[in-house]
Amino acid sequence: MNKKKSISYAKWGYIFILPFFISFFIFSLIPLADTIRLSFYEYYRATLKIVGPNYVGFQNYKELLSSDMLVYAKNTAILWIIGFIPQIVIALLLASWFADIRMKIRGAQVFKVIIYLPNIIMASAFAMLFFTLFSTNGPVNSILLQMGVVTKAIDFMGTPFGVRSLVATMNFLMWFGNSTIMLMAAIMGISPDVVEAAEIDGCNGYKRFFYITLPMIRPILTYSLIVSMIGGLQMFDVPQILTNGQGNPDRTTMTLIMFLNKHLRANNYGMAGALSVYLFIVSGILCFIVYKITMDDDKTGTKAEEKAKKKREKERLKQMKKEGK
Amino acid sequence: MKTKKINFSLIFAHVLLVILSFMCLFFFYILFVNATRSHADLQKGFAALPGKYMIENFIKVANDGTIPMIKGVRNSLIISSACALLCTYFSALTAYGLYAYEFKLKKIAFTFIMAILVMPTQVTAMGFLRLITKLGLYNTFWPLIIPSIASPAVFYFMYSYMQSSLPLSLVEAARIDGAGEFRTFNTIVMPIMKPAVAVQAIFTFVGSWNNYFVPALVLQDKGKMTVPVLIATLRGADFKSFDSGKIYMTILVAIVPIVIVYVLLSKYIIAGITLGGVKE
Repeated sequence: MNKKKSISYAKWGYIFILPFFISFFIFSLIPLADTIRLSFYEYYRATLKIVGPNYVGFQNYKELLSSDMLVYAKNTAILWIIGFIPQIVIALLLASWFADIRMKIRGAQVFKVIIYLPNIIMASAFAMLFFTLFSTNGPVNSILLQMGVVTKAIDFMGTPFGVRSLVATMNFLMWFGNSTIMLMAAIMGISPDVVEAAEIDGCNGYKRFFYITLPMIRPILTYSLIVSMIGGLQMFDVPQILTNGQGNPDRTTMTLIMFLNKHLRANNYGMAGALSVYLFIVSGILCFIVYKITMDDDKTGTKAEEKAKKKREKERLKQMKKEGK
Repeated sequence: MKTKKINFSLIFAHVLLVILSFMCLFFFYILFVNATRSHADLQKGFAALPGKYMIENFIKVANDGTIPMIKGVRNSLIISSACALLCTYFSALTAYGLYAYEFKLKKIAFTFIMAILVMPTQVTAMGFLRLITKLGLYNTFWPLIIPSIASPAVFYFMYSYMQSSLPLSLVEAARIDGAGEFRTFNTIVMPIMKPAVAVQAIFTFVGSWNNYFVPALVLQDKGKMTVPVLIATLRGADFKSFDSGKIYMTILVAIVPIVIVYVLLSKYIIAGITLGGVKE
């Protein structure tokens, strides 16, 4: 009876998940297959006529490696790192303060609302705003001039350091609030017993942070790192709008997705395909790590404990086997 | 000694928070001030207080034919609302399908969705563009709306929420009362899911509103462009000849709707950020 019932309901499970999978199949899987297929073809538009598609094997991949792709990969990495480091440091600091009940931060809710605000702002509008604010005759320069900090307007958009700093600043502003709130939730999830026990043993503020808080939130820190890496890999809106797609100066702020965008707009199907596959492989690896972390149903918060549990279980089984013998 | 130490770090915490908040708000404050000043005023330099040209600048933006912002806002509203609706409903439906039923492919389906949880859409962009061109959907809103049915992250959020707040006994009870499966979902499950749906609707709406990469590739007519695509057009235009008050006003128009939504719903948004993340 019971079995029959569950069989008759099973079909509804399929029906309910069908729209998701149809949509995913049509709009993601078919495009992915098409992208991979074309990455092996010579297929592009040269002014008026279309060249290809001719099968060329791995030639597009090789050509990309000898092109500027690696330079753009380096740019992307630099832009991500100089935004991410201050972001995670500040977020850890703020999160541990917000989560500390004895730190009575006045207006904590208001601060949280303010620091999260840049995250919901349209990245392209934010970049356009920075572009106008930091132009040579823009408000930032006129403030600096009026205050007498500088005697000559700074050309922020003229140096690699200037543009990279602007991109990193924007990324920092857009994401540190988000990280703060994520990490705060993780810290607040640490069992009070652990903290109490540590305190009885004479663990003070700094020690508590380094020996209790940090190890306990390691899984979510790793998660933040990897998700941020994937975000960094996709970096596009901010540098694209800020430099009008040029990656100025001298393509030092050209990211991988900006490069992909260029190929897509030029209808370079073969090259765009190969570049997409490279990106797919890298993000696939990162996705796998995220999958591992998310599916790791570890309530205590440390992987080590989980492993220890498994080990104990194994030993117990061994013991049982021995006893059985 | 101990209280003194805490006080010191408390002061430091407040100072840092004020500085960071200042950084977050400063740029938007200048944007607001500059959007209310005339071009001639702006040329003179920086001013800390708003001017009187707000309405005038807004009319200039509204009447601009080359960058039709009002139409852009309308297009963005249509696409983002449709995305939020489709995405939350179908994500909840998918989550319910995997949560409430037992079937053979259940585990595989779940694992598959979790594996693509954070897959960037950019990697399939080329095939996607070619496909929608073949389907005759190029330069329409559909390719920006329909794919939101398959949103792994929203699905995961809904699934987690069901695990914590949807007892299966409730579903059983509905079945005993003779409700069909779809009716059970629509009249019993969806109301319970309301808080999760609301939070995810906000995030999907904001995400879609701010989305630039795909719409920029799909939409070609000026009248169909969304706000971020128009902002990019503004950046690409020969803006030196532009009225700078108007440029600021255009940016302001692009971000104000979201800021209003945010200020009204900030409590739920802040609470909602962590719900979808890793629960540790």
